[in-house]
Amino acid sequence: MYRTKSGEEIFVIDGHTHFWDGSPANQKNVHGKQFIECFYAYHSNLSPPSEKWTLEKFSKYDAKTMHDDLFVHGYDDMAILQPTYLTDFYKNGFNTTERNSALKKSHPDRFILNGAFDPRDGTKGLEHLHEISEKHKIKGVKLYTAEWKGDSKGYKLTDKESYKFLEAAQKLGVKNIHVHKGPTIIPLNRDAFDVADIDDVATSFQDLNFIVEHCGLPRLDDFCWIATQETNVYAGIAVALPFIHTRPGYFSHVMSELLFWIGPDKILYGSDYGIWTPKWLIDKFMAFEITAEDSKETGSVLTLENKKKILGLNAARLYGIDIEAQKKKIKAGGGYAHLAEAVHAPE
Amino acid sequence: MDVDAERDETASARRRQVWSALSGVMDPELDESVTELNFVTRADVDAEGRVHVDFRLPTYWCAANFSYLMADDMRRAVGALDWVKGVVVVLGEHMYADKINDGLAKGLSFQDTFGEEADGDVEELRQTFLVKAFQRRQAALLNYLFGKGHPPEALATTTIGELEALELDDEGAKLARRYIDRRGVVGPLRADAQAFITAEGAKLAGEALAAYVAGLRRVGVNAEFNSALCRGLLAVRFDLETPLKSRSKAAGEPAAP
Repeated sequence: MYRTKSGEEIFVIDGHTHFWDGSPANQKNVHGKQFIECFYAYHSNLSPPSEKWTLEKFSKYDAKTMHDDLFVHGYDDMAILQPTYLTDFYKNGFNTTERNSALKKSHPDRFILNGAFDPRDGTKGLEHLHEISEKHKIKGVKLYTAEWKGDSKGYKLTDKESYKFLEAAQKLGVKNIHVHKGPTIIPLNRDAFDVADIDDVATSFQDLNFIVEHCGLPRLDDFCWIATQETNVYAGIAVALPFIHTRPGYFSHVMSELLFWIGPDKILYGSDYGIWTPKWLIDKFMAFEITAEDSKETGSVLTLENKKKILGLNAARLYGIDIEAQKKKIKAGGGYAHLAEAVHAPE
Repeated sequence: MDVDAERDETASARRRQVWSALSGVMDPELDESVTELNFVTRADVDAEGRVHVDFRLPTYWCAANFSYLMADDMRRAVGALDWVKGVVVVLGEHMYADKINDGLAKGLSFQDTFGEEADGDVEELRQTFLVKAFQRRQAALLNYLFGKGHPPEALATTTIGELEALELDDEGAKLARRYIDRRGVVGPLRADAQAFITAEGAKLAGEALAAYVAGLRRVGVNAEFNSALCRGLLAVRFDLETPLKSRSKAAGEPAAP
């Protein structure tokens, strides 16, 4: 919960968080080591110095640290747990639905548990999707089209097998399809430069929402083009957001383009925890304004209304969260005890 | 001058030529020189005129096709020096280092290096990014010229010859040079040809020129993101204070601070 100077409460849903284990004990091979080190380089490169962790803490953090970073020190009211399996690199997987479900279980009002699927898993994968849908009542999945699987270095949403999974998701009411389309880790070239498959499936599956994580960066131009044509395509701004610190001018460009092309109702905040933490991201975001030059170019303005939509209202709509009811639940559980006098600022 | 001194002088002149040739090789996505980006860690020349180049990239995962393109461009650029008898280019600390190095050593194409895994045409990719570089350089030059008061109507009819003859300050001259370097990507580079055309080779009208340049902005935004990210990741991965020693290679040092 973020409270403005005038006392207005902004409900924050973090669209992109992880509870991973990248520790040496869980690494299967050198790729596992290089993967967490690459994440750490993102963290280290884009965080303000005061927010940097050691690689040891970064590799594996416990549930309490995560809870407190998001909901006590940070302004998140709720957070979506997005899994990343990477079972070819990590013995028990990197950040699986199962691992995440423990957090959901201990803090049911705080977390939204998402699943994952991989069309290359065939019938077994479909069974798994049914199983996690049944067991956890998931409303969303995170897909990683560039993930390795055996000899395959990635897949496309337009593959025949992908269609079967999307059809199943639609039937099961798993409405929110988060697709990693951003700075690629592990690309050969299959997925590396392409957001075009989103265009096709967004047209074919009108009942599903496609949240393009990292808004297709660096291919923002391609993404904006697609998102403009489709009513069910959204932009997740995890990874774009931390540039607010190191390259505010660049962040301004991105936001002005997104607001211009797809509008304030289709943009979702995400911290990408544990790569970055919500506290500093939201402090800076709430104080942020699009530069005069960018506004002149696109007419885009980050008003308080727009910020509220991006920080929580849009995700609440996609996930069917009744904000007032949810606030009551969290309050009843003591979740706002630390907030008694808090005023967080500008406005 | 004795023989040793002469040989030293030749060797150092050759090294300079190698670095200069490498500086003309661009990271295709960033449109920046691989030497300015700090990717090249070593360029040695032996007495027989054989050259050995080592390079590294911001992450272990950098796209294999771009990595291959850069390595191949370096090999070609250095190989074009008339005294060069052989070039070895070696990529370090990359998930595909062995494959790429092996492919380069055998003179294989990207497709042959990666076989079935490479499902894209690397030449097509090269062309795509040359066009993006053309657009970026064009937008930068036109914005600069607008700022200096050159009217769009006049720029729309300016020929390449006239652009080369324009009186410009250092910054303007550099932008013009970089632009002309890529102008050939989209159409014949003749002195009497129109300097500013679209990527499809179409002519531009004066009144539409400003809107056209604004439309190119997003290409620049993409490249800026890549550039900021790549530089940052490289700086974290390798200690750039002492640029030739990577953290993971330094004995006994932890993998990160």
